[in-house]
Amino acid sequence: MILEVDNIHTFYGETQVLFGVSLSVKKGEVVALLGPNGAGKTTTIRSILGLTRARRGSVHFNGADITRAPTHKIAQAGVGWVPDDRRIFPTLTVRRNLEIARKTTGFANWTIDDACKIFAPLEHLLPRECENLSGGEMQMVAISRALVGAPGLILLDEPSQGLAPKIVNDVMNVIRRLREEGLSMLIVEQNVNIALSVADRVFVMNHGRIVEEGPAENYRKQGAARAATLAAAT
Amino acid sequence: MSDARNPVGRWITLPILASFAVFGTLPYWVEAVGLYQYLGLEIMVWVIFALGYNLLLGYGGLPSFGHGAFIGIGAYAFGVAQFHFIPNLWICLLAAIIITGLCGLAAALLVSRRRGIYFALMTIAIGQVFFFIASKWTSVTGGEDGLLNIQRLPVDFGLFSIDIQDTASLYYLAFALYAVVVVLLWRLVHSPFGRILGAIRQNEERVRFLGYNVFIYKAIAFILSTMVAGLAGGLFAMAQEGAYIQIMNLQWSGTVVLMTLIGGGLVSFWGPVFGVVLYFIARDILGAYTEAWLLWFGLMFMLLVMFKPEGLAGIWRDTVGGLVRRKPAAAPSPHPNQSPAE
Ligand SMILES: Nc1ncnc2c1ncn2[C@@H]1O[C@H](COP(=O)(O)OP(=O)(O)OP(=O)(O)O)[C@@H](O)[C@H]1O
Ligand SMILES: [Mg+2]
Repeated sequence: MILEVDNIHTFYGETQVLFGVSLSVKKGEVVALLGPNGAGKTTTIRSILGLTRARRGSVHFNGADITRAPTHKIAQAGVGWVPDDRRIFPTLTVRRNLEIARKTTGFANWTIDDACKIFAPLEHLLPRECENLSGGEMQMVAISRALVGAPGLILLDEPSQGLAPKIVNDVMNVIRRLREEGLSMLIVEQNVNIALSVADRVFVMNHGRIVEEGPAENYRKQGAARAATLAAAT
Repeated sequence: MSDARNPVGRWITLPILASFAVFGTLPYWVEAVGLYQYLGLEIMVWVIFALGYNLLLGYGGLPSFGHGAFIGIGAYAFGVAQFHFIPNLWICLLAAIIITGLCGLAAALLVSRRRGIYFALMTIAIGQVFFFIASKWTSVTGGEDGLLNIQRLPVDFGLFSIDIQDTASLYYLAFALYAVVVVLLWRLVHSPFGRILGAIRQNEERVRFLGYNVFIYKAIAFILSTMVAGLAGGLFAMAQEGAYIQIMNLQWSGTVVLMTLIGGGLVSFWGPVFGVVLYFIARDILGAYTEAWLLWFGLMFMLLVMFKPEGLAGIWRDTVGGLVRRKPAAAPSPHPNQSPAE
C-alpha cells in the first residue's frame, strides 16, 4: 500500500465533515473517489495532506505514519497534489513555477524536460506568465508541477472540472500515460464515466462517509445507469 | 517576476543607478531647493529602514505593525556598544545589526506561524513588550532620558579614518550603507529565496505543499528585515546623537507602514523610497503651513488607498514608466496578489 487512510474524522471548527473515512491506494494503482457536491472529497484530500488535520484516525504513506506530520514534510515524503482550483503562482512564469516545485524524494525524479515529453505543448508555455493561461494549460502546469516534485502518489482533485471535452480527453490520456509510468494516483471526480475510464478501483462517498467500494471493472459493466446513481451517491 | 526580458537578475540596474545619482548628489543641491542637510540624513535612515521593512510587507505579505521597536533597539545597541564596548564605528554598527537581529529572531519564533491579522496583532504586542523593556531597563537604556551623547564615530579604514561630525559627511556614510543595502535587497528579492517569499504571499498553503518549510522562510525574512532596521537604528543614533524611547513608540511603527504603502511597496521595490521621500517633504512643506500636517497626510493616504492602491510607484509606472518602457502587448493589470517587481 502506498496510501492507507484509516477511519479519519475531520472537522472544520466544530462542524464534523468526515465520519470515519477509510480508503487505500496500492502501488501503481489508480483509485477514483466519487461522490456528489459536499460529500467530503476535497476534505479527505486536505486531511491526507495535513492541511485540515484529521482529529481521529490515521494516514499512512508508503509505510510511514503521516497523520501528524507538517504539510511540508508530507510533500517531501512524496505526496503530490493537483488542487481543484489548479492555482499556480500567477506572477511567476511557467518555468519558475516548475522550478520552485522541483525536489527529490525517494521516488523517481522528473525533470522539466520529462514533463514536456508528457505534455508536448508545455515547452512553448514555459516562458509565459501564469496569469494568462487557459484552464487547460493551467491544468497541464498544475500536473507538471506535481510531477517535478518527484511524487510517489498524486492526489488529483476534479481534474476534468471546467474543461472542454477535448481537453478533458487530453488530460485523461496524460493520466493513463502516468499510470503506465507506474505512478499511483487518487482521483477525485464528479464525472463518473471519466473516472471509471481510468480507475482500477472506486470508492464512493456521501455525507462524509464511504458508502461503497469495489473494482472499477464491476462498475464499468453496470453501465451508464449505475454511473448516474453513483454521481447522486445512493 | 523575472525572465529573459527583464534584466532584474543583475546586481546593478538602471533604477539603482538612478537612485545613486539622486541620493549621491543630494548634499550639493538640497539647500538650493530650500531644504536642509539633516533632512537628507533622515530620509536616508528611513529609506534603509523602510526598504528592509518592505521585505516583509511587500514581498512576504507579512504586515508587521511593531517594527519601530527594531529601529529603536538598533539605536540603543549602537549607543551601548559605543559606551560599554569599543567606540569603533564598524563594530558598533555590527552590534546594532546583530543585537537587533537577535531580538528579531526571538520575535520571529513567535510570529512566523501566524499570518494576516494574527501576525499583525502579534507584532504590535511584541513591539509594545520591547517598548516596555526599553522604558524600564534604565541601567542600559537610560529610561525616559534615553542615551545621551552618542558620538558620530569616525569612519575607520585602518590606515586612515574619515571624520563624520558634520551632517553632510554622516549623510555620505548613510548613503554608502544605503548603496550596499539596496543592492543586497534587490538581489535577495530576485533570488530563489525572494521568489519563495513572493509565493508565500500569494498562497502560503501551496508553498507548504511544494515541500517548503514556510515557517523558516517567514522567520528568515523577519530576521533580515530587523537586521536592516538595526542598521538604520545605528545610523539614527548617530544622526540624533542619542537614542530615545520615543522612536520605539507605536506611532513610528505605523509611520513606516504608512510610508511603505503610500509609496507603493506592494507593487514596487522602490515604493518605500518614494514613500519616505514624500513623507518627509510633506512634513516639512505642509508642516510649515499647519500643525495638523499629519492629518492632511493621512487624508492623502486614504485617497491614495481608495483610488490608487498601488501608491506612488503605481502612478510613476503608469506615467513615466509607461513612456520609457515598451510594455508587452496585453499589459496585465496589476494582480492583487502580485509581488513587487520593479
Ligand atoms: N473551509 C471550510 N469551512 C467549513 N466548512 C467547509 C469548509 N470547506 C468545506 N466545508 C464543508 O465540508 C463539507 C465537505 O466539503 P468538501 O469540499 O470536502 O466536499 P467535496 O466532496 O469536495 O465537494 P465538491 O464536489 O463540491 O468539491 C461541505 O459540507 C462543505 O460545506
Ligand atoms: Mg471538492
